[in-house]
Amino acid sequence: MSRKSEVFVVGGGPAGLSAAIVAAKLGARVLLVDDNPMLGGQLVKQTHRFFGSSARDAGIRGISIAEKLRMEAQAIKKNLVVQLNTSAVGFYGEGEAGILTPERYEKVTYERVIVGTGAVENSLNFENNDLPGIYGAGAVQTLMNVHGIRPGKRILMVGSGNIGLIVSYQLLQAGVEVVGVVEAMPTIGGYLVHASKIRRLGIPIMTGHTIVSANGDLGVTGATLCQLDEKYQRVPNTEFEIICDCICLAVGLSPLIELFQQASCKMVFVPELGGLVPLQDGNMRTSNPRVYVAGDASGIEEATTAILGGRIAGARAFESLHGPSSDAQKIVDDAAGELKSLRSGSTGNRIRWGRERVTQEIASC
Amino acid sequence: MLNKDGIISLAELAPLIPSESRLKKGPVAMAECIQDIPCDPCVLACPRHAITMKAGITDQPHLDQAVCNGCTLCVASCPGLAIFVVNMAHAPRSATVTLPYEMLPVPKEGEVVAALDRSGKTVCEAKVLKVMKSKVYDRTLTITIEIPKDLAMSVRAIRAGVKVGRK
Repeated sequence: MSRKSEVFVVGGGPAGLSAAIVAAKLGARVLLVDDNPMLGGQLVKQTHRFFGSSARDAGIRGISIAEKLRMEAQAIKKNLVVQLNTSAVGFYGEGEAGILTPERYEKVTYERVIVGTGAVENSLNFENNDLPGIYGAGAVQTLMNVHGIRPGKRILMVGSGNIGLIVSYQLLQAGVEVVGVVEAMPTIGGYLVHASKIRRLGIPIMTGHTIVSANGDLGVTGATLCQLDEKYQRVPNTEFEIICDCICLAVGLSPLIELFQQASCKMVFVPELGGLVPLQDGNMRTSNPRVYVAGDASGIEEATTAILGGRIAGARAFESLHGPSSDAQKIVDDAAGELKSLRSGSTGNRIRWGRERVTQEIASC
Repeated sequence: MLNKDGIISLAELAPLIPSESRLKKGPVAMAECIQDIPCDPCVLACPRHAITMKAGITDQPHLDQAVCNGCTLCVASCPGLAIFVVNMAHAPRSATVTLPYEMLPVPKEGEVVAALDRSGKTVCEAKVLKVMKSKVYDRTLTITIEIPKDLAMSVRAIRAGVKVGRK
């Protein structure tokens, strides 16, 4: 069986879903696939209220943003076909992809593809890091906030980026004791208001520390931590054990980029964006003119910027097929303006540098 | 140091503390948000426009103490749960602190709960005066507690449903 679409969108998270909504509303025939049973990507487990601009979803919980996007997609009666529980398994030739639905393997032909595959969680090397009871932060959030299952009774969080801090707070909300947050860097990685809100509920944040080993035979019974010096070397004789039955790793994300490589998109390693990402022209188009990128797959950020990048990708993909459109241009201008203000200031420095590099390098290839 | 352990230091806190004369007049907000993060709901939440961001959305909130009347609408609007309203004029010996609350159990008005400082240490007991729920707040509660006046600049959280020992 084969399906035809003008714009094929891979991933129903904030980026892909926004891209699909925009492209379909402008008039493109869109097929969206997502491997989950529900649209919304990671938003479906984000029970906290979002930062950002009041003009776009700030103060709203991630779960509500997912609901809003789902309703918007459902309201589009024509042009948008959503296929859930379906993975895009490969790109072949020019404008061909394979998808695996619950029923069968199918071929999709497309004029443009927007890849919003998101990211994969990083792991960390330490002794016994394969013991039962060691989770990625995403898994902990899914267990708690989607399925209502507590991952443990006493949990140690590794990583003080926004994910580590926010998931620690959500664990407290779920009635799980958080014994501490460990951070290798000398300072807290995430927003300090998130740090303060768990600290004042009694969770110690241990900057300049790392996990040496997970302890236990059949499962986690504790963790050995130690101090790090300014060169991230372990300080001898500073080891101590902390009792816990669960260790949660929130040590960063890496863009999920296999499909770009299959489509021969030129890639670049940008540490500020989380690793290897496709070069893009500032309008989310990669070096392969059929392929657009949106969301964390274009560089690790967060959901609001993923939505805005998705809107740009959707509008530009439409224009590349149907010619210039003032409606599309307005969507792009508005989104670009919002992105600029969200990425301004000192906390946006790294993202700005990374983004500039990705778009500058494509000009020279 | 805030960026080392999550606890705002006295030096970092100093510029945020309202003047003595303003505190005497009644409730006033404190936005304990000292980092350039992209976030602005507090600006829109204030009906009197007492909170502004001069350099755009990543600026820190600037609170005009003279314009703020301590209405507490900003408290639940802050996604970072970083805004508090302090009323030093509440009573001769006690003050009130209004803080955001998203935990279980939800205390009842009149209940005595543990009052925690910025490091999570229980520093005193607090009487819950008011529990505000509003659809606009989207499941974030705004709780007003009564505490000894000298702890009004220290207490920033509560723990309900635990036994509170008398000092």
